[in-house]
Amino acid sequence: MHREKWFQVLKPLSARSKLVLGLLSFVLPILIWSIVSYVPFVWHPQIRITDPGSVDYLQVEMRMDKAAFADEVSDALKAHRAPPRGVASNPIYLPAPDEVLRAFYVSFTMPPPTQDGAWLSQALWHSIQIIFWGFVISSIIGVPLGILCGTYGPVARLSEPFIEFFRYLPAPAFGALAVAILGIYDGPKITIIVIGTLFQQVLIIANTTRKLDASLVEAALTLGARNPQLLRRVVVPGVLPDLYRDQRILLGWAWTYLIVAELIGTSSGITWFITQQARYQHFANVYAAIMMIGIIGFGTDIVLAFLAKRFFPWDRSLEKMA
Amino acid sequence: MNQLVNTAPLLPSYLNQSDEVKARFDRLKARDVILEVKHLGKVFKTPMGKAVALDDINFVTHRREFLCVVGPSGCGKSTLVRILAGLEEKSSGEVLLQGKRVTGPGRDRGMVFQGYTLFPWLTVKKNVMFGLEINGQAGEEAGRQALQWLQLVGLEKFADAYPHQLSGGMKQRVAIVRALANQPRILLMDEPFGALDAQTRGRMQAHLLEIWKKIDITIVFITHDLDEAVFLADRILVLSPHPGRVQELIEVPVAHPRSTRQSISPEFLATKARLEELIHASSHAEEGEEDYPVVPLMASVTDSVE
Repeated sequence: MHREKWFQVLKPLSARSKLVLGLLSFVLPILIWSIVSYVPFVWHPQIRITDPGSVDYLQVEMRMDKAAFADEVSDALKAHRAPPRGVASNPIYLPAPDEVLRAFYVSFTMPPPTQDGAWLSQALWHSIQIIFWGFVISSIIGVPLGILCGTYGPVARLSEPFIEFFRYLPAPAFGALAVAILGIYDGPKITIIVIGTLFQQVLIIANTTRKLDASLVEAALTLGARNPQLLRRVVVPGVLPDLYRDQRILLGWAWTYLIVAELIGTSSGITWFITQQARYQHFANVYAAIMMIGIIGFGTDIVLAFLAKRFFPWDRSLEKMA
Repeated sequence: MNQLVNTAPLLPSYLNQSDEVKARFDRLKARDVILEVKHLGKVFKTPMGKAVALDDINFVTHRREFLCVVGPSGCGKSTLVRILAGLEEKSSGEVLLQGKRVTGPGRDRGMVFQGYTLFPWLTVKKNVMFGLEINGQAGEEAGRQALQWLQLVGLEKFADAYPHQLSGGMKQRVAIVRALANQPRILLMDEPFGALDAQTRGRMQAHLLEIWKKIDITIVFITHDLDEAVFLADRILVLSPHPGRVQELIEVPVAHPRSTRQSISPEFLATKARLEELIHASSHAEEGEEDYPVVPLMASVTDSVE
């Protein structure tokens, strides 16, 4: 078999290499995590107590630094009392992969800790709804405005300088204001996502629109097309695949605003679940919940990328990417 | 180049026209004037001041004439055709199409660009239908007409293909019929075959002449390829650069129907020699375009490749 040359500048890889490397990009971090978790001499700075022995302040499952543990052992031995026993372990905030994996299952089946609490699935569903509405509301304003800015100079000059200024204002800064106006429930949360997404959205889509090949517009002009038709029949279809790609990236950004948004007013959704579990030191559950966000976000993007091939069979840039 | 200059005295004058050719030009000039360009000027504002791209351009084109515009780079031939199309504002003068002033782009002037400019999101057939639908034709009727136009260029089999699936020559054939489907009075072509390989270009030229003969269309064709200009044109408008001015309007004395075999005929060579003379003289006068340096011998070899 012909051996593939690596590190060729701008050369596409074979499908096989792409798949293998793609899988490796996930396998490698998990491998590192596993090594740190399961090989005792790699890190394991603490001792998990299995038998307190004669030391009265120690308890089973308690963790302490290696040095402090060694002192307790030598003190007990000197006094001819039973020494405590324990195994090397990582700090409680770094659970092993199998614990997190188990937590995936447990956290979904675990009843809420309080009567008025919510199951993880309910919390996730609530978060997805916040993201969905935030992104939809932002897009209803941002996409048309972005296209208009990219198409017509006066619209761009009238709106872009202000939007450019506004996008530097951190969305969470509007939290208190949003609560004062919209109450403590979902209103302010959706607002934060809209503020976080909208201004970037207008600028990005305006830029994408400006990249449309001007000669296509000229060709349409010589074929007799006029203003509203140019927008509807040339500009919009012409930028649609790139606009779709922008929307995918922006949806990712909307997710990054989720946690801050959910802390505003009454804590809710996945954020509420994470803070609850962290309070009880159920860190495996915390990791499971954080990973759920990643899986949902990444999964959505893969589905959207797949759909793009169906929506835009004529788009050449797709071949270059995937 | 040297050879051509040496043989030039043996050629007949490009002004000599056979009776047949003369009769053809008489018929051509008896037809209505389609396009009239009067004292057309174009000035660009640049950071270094004003640059005159076109200066006092005058010519008329008759119905069903094939006019080529040639000139060295910087003579403003692209600017000229863009003004005719209405894509660029003129600074002075007038452009009249069948007596009406041209103020902006319109469906009465079709245009074919060098870069194909097919709409990538539309199939070949939908591309051809674009102008028809824009101008209020019903979808079904537009589709029927589009197929007829595609048959004219032998691409009806590709009606449902997307532009990226076609070769350069095929794309340009679609672009030509997309413009023609609108039934413009005049077809403007801005170096349409410039991006094609030599063989495809030759076939496209012959094909374009076929189409031109069969329908009522006047063509203004921009090119820098002198063979192409002589092969295609009834008359050739030669522009000089800085500023773009009309140097000469040459009546091509090569008889119709045209064939590639005529490219070694005395009339063809005489016309080409004249074009080269005009363009060589004007581009040489251009400032900043100095002669390339003499290349010194860089290889330590004893035998010469000459």
